[in-house]
Amino acid sequence: MRFAGLALAAAALAAGAAGAQERAIPPGELKSGSAFLGPDLRALQNDDFANPGMLWVERGEKLWREPAGKRSIACAGCHKDASMRGVAAGYPKIDEASGKLVNLEGRINLCRSERMGAEPLRYESEELLALTAYIARQSLGLPIAARIDGAARAHFETGRAAYHLRRGQMNLSCAHCHDAQWGKRLLSETISQGHPNAYPAYRMEWQTMGSLERRLRACLSGIRAEMLPYGSQEYLELELYLAWRAQGLPIETPGVRR
Amino acid sequence: MIEIRILIQHPMETGYRHDDVGHLIKRNVINALSCRYDGVEVFRADLSSGISANPYVQFYTVAEASGDLEFTWIDDEGERGSERQAIVVKG
Repeated sequence: MRFAGLALAAAALAAGAAGAQERAIPPGELKSGSAFLGPDLRALQNDDFANPGMLWVERGEKLWREPAGKRSIACAGCHKDASMRGVAAGYPKIDEASGKLVNLEGRINLCRSERMGAEPLRYESEELLALTAYIARQSLGLPIAARIDGAARAHFETGRAAYHLRRGQMNLSCAHCHDAQWGKRLLSETISQGHPNAYPAYRMEWQTMGSLERRLRACLSGIRAEMLPYGSQEYLELELYLAWRAQGLPIETPGVRR
Repeated sequence: MIEIRILIQHPMETGYRHDDVGHLIKRNVINALSCRYDGVEVFRADLSSGISANPYVQFYTVAEASGDLEFTWIDDEGERGSERQAIVVKG
């Protein structure tokens, strides 16, 4: 009897560990943010000419070929004929040299400071948005495939905790809306599942392009929680968790959102 | 009959917004947009505030001969922009 009891306890522990990996939204039910848009905005996103985000993609393509920094080298100077297709789908990821978690914006700035001898681009600057959008656009239609093994594991766990942490005056976590209430109405809008696959995206409310972190800040402001500075560790870890949560959703950059 | 689509990157600042410290942001919108086809004006629009940032304009014209489409616009701060696109009519 005693042994049976122990075995049961061990089984319960194993189930607990597996439960941590369970997805609140099963892969079959994943819906991109565009599924929560009206038909007009969806049409705008899908029309490469009318999609205003393509202005940033075009600008990014120019910047890609423009030499910058002390070494006067362009992105295209190293990434000669290598396509960036698929690259954005793997971010955020661990930068092998520093062992730090970086998102695509961070990767661009690392390249600038380490290889080009250029100043890092400011978060939400037109240049950084343009380059990020240009690189992400090349992964259009590819599934998000961020890795959470190895050194990324600890960041993933912190990100998951951040996602489930109650914050702000409204005392809400991300999960309260985007796991438990998606598909329902919040005032005039339908709550989405909160996926990152369209960013940087053109948001009507902003009347411009914005990064995923800007969108996260908008959520935090909405629940009256403290906004963290751009590029902070907590955002990066949250971005990694969001990427895992959206695994398999196709990249839509530049998305158009409300 | 051809469809012409124009997308211009411009903030189209309404003049009604305030910045973070409460100062009114001056209105700055593209106020005139014109399209000449082979030197002849075929489309003109007077824009004002209330039109979204990065405005998108679409119109139709009849293509009878090959020539350049020339777009010009000017905003409240006097900044001008232009773009040229060749049209080839065959047969």
